[in-house]
Amino acid sequence: MLLYVVSAVYVAYLSVKGGLGTATWNALFWIILLFAAFNALSRSFQREDQGRQLYLYTLVDPRSVVLARSLYNALTMVLLSLLSLVFYTLFLGGEVLAEADLPQFLLAVVLGGIGFAAALTLISAIAARAGNGLGLMAILGFPIVLPMLLAVLRASKLALDGVAWSVTGTYFLGLVLLDVITVTLAWLLFPYLWRD
Amino acid sequence: MKHWWWKFLAIALLLVASIAGLRVPLSPALVHVSPSRISPGEVNIEVTGYNTRFSEGMRAYLENEGQYVCPVRVEVIDATHARITAVVPAGLRASMTDLVVQGLKYPGAFFTEGLGDGIESGPCGPSTNKLDMSGLAFTFPNRSILYESIRNLHFHVPMWFTMIALMGISVWRSIQVLGNNSLDRDRQARSAVHVGLLFCALGLTTGAVWARATWGAFWTNDVKLNGAAVTALIYLAYLVLRGSIPDAHKRARLAAIYNIFAFVLLVMFLFVVPRLNAIDSLHPGNGGNSGFNDLDLDNRLRVIFYPAVAGWILLGIWLYDLRHRSLRINEHLDR
Repeated sequence: MLLYVVSAVYVAYLSVKGGLGTATWNALFWIILLFAAFNALSRSFQREDQGRQLYLYTLVDPRSVVLARSLYNALTMVLLSLLSLVFYTLFLGGEVLAEADLPQFLLAVVLGGIGFAAALTLISAIAARAGNGLGLMAILGFPIVLPMLLAVLRASKLALDGVAWSVTGTYFLGLVLLDVITVTLAWLLFPYLWRD
Repeated sequence: MKHWWWKFLAIALLLVASIAGLRVPLSPALVHVSPSRISPGEVNIEVTGYNTRFSEGMRAYLENEGQYVCPVRVEVIDATHARITAVVPAGLRASMTDLVVQGLKYPGAFFTEGLGDGIESGPCGPSTNKLDMSGLAFTFPNRSILYESIRNLHFHVPMWFTMIALMGISVWRSIQVLGNNSLDRDRQARSAVHVGLLFCALGLTTGAVWARATWGAFWTNDVKLNGAAVTALIYLAYLVLRGSIPDAHKRARLAAIYNIFAFVLLVMFLFVVPRLNAIDSLHPGNGGNSGFNDLDLDNRLRVIFYPAVAGWILLGIWLYDLRHRSLRINEHLDR
């Protein structure tokens, strides 16, 4: 996964000569992260065969499985987001970050990563159950992640512009709310999903 | 008769709403005034009205911060065109002067030059006789930018209300599917999505036409418009998901799960997040823009709007019922 991000960043570096504006810098970063999320999370339920899943579900409550999976995916995404941020600034320059409110931007990155993970975990489970891998995952996941992407883009853009917490606070509140609701929905719906 | 009285109600409501929505005239208003700048001295003003009845001897004056300038001559060309000649005195207080003709105000008509401490107000202020406005008939508000396109309110908005109602039905059926694995409930959920998508397409079309008339473009990058696009994508994805699963029971369950998940998030995205952010949006009712609360001061639009909403929702439910029955017959025939 890391390799994917690094090569994506490198491609961006090669294709973008010269400095990037704040808005473009921000947008490119989130696009790379979005595709990384799709790639990483689509395998979340597909890697395991039926037998192992059945074994898991006999051991524990399926709800625990989906919670654990969401948690694991969220951690992966946070790690991946932060690492890709490091590579991204390394290759494409971090002048943009000079005026930014860094804690705010990091919070946006972390919340965005968790949001992607939370939404895409259940989607990847559905896609895996439908027996149709990446294609379906993209079709099902994209419209759900798109509004989240827009919100997080705006929040991180504001953070990059160094806007006060009082302004960006509502965005972060909204993102947290979205994350919580998504995980709750996954937790509620998953028990109906796993059995055949 | 007992069970389908509401279909007659739907037809009646839709007829009333559509005919009235298209036929009720706009209230008279001044739509164009030239020149846009006046300075002390004699000035010839061309006024264009809409649905007005300009007549000889009509009352016209310029208003500048409560002070009035009376015209020297008012020439009526026809019911909607007039030429007003006035001598603008030096020393008006405010930089914007309004024009009032027949009690119809065109606010901020002229950028005013030669300002001062005020003038001696002319004897031609607003009429105390309210009947002067010839506004007795039932009319729709005439608002700049919107003009005749205000009628679209009775078509564009009910489409989305109907779509939300149908998607709500669909989600309710999907929840029932998870409870009892009923294929019939699944068919109902699917039918509701089919009809809902039809109304989504109609909402997008009417919205695009309206946006072209008022904003100048068929599509803009706007929170509300993005929400509409995402809605369409989600439900198209729902149909794609259904198409990719061969087993009927499995299809019913997976589609139901996706439907519930997507709908809850959709409601969040459409109604909660835009309000939380309170961000830039051109669309009425968002980002500090007025909805029809101050567009329609005296409830003239509501009289038609609420029947229109009720009529379209009933029609949507009717279509959904037909779709469900035709799907059931089709499946029965296939078997």
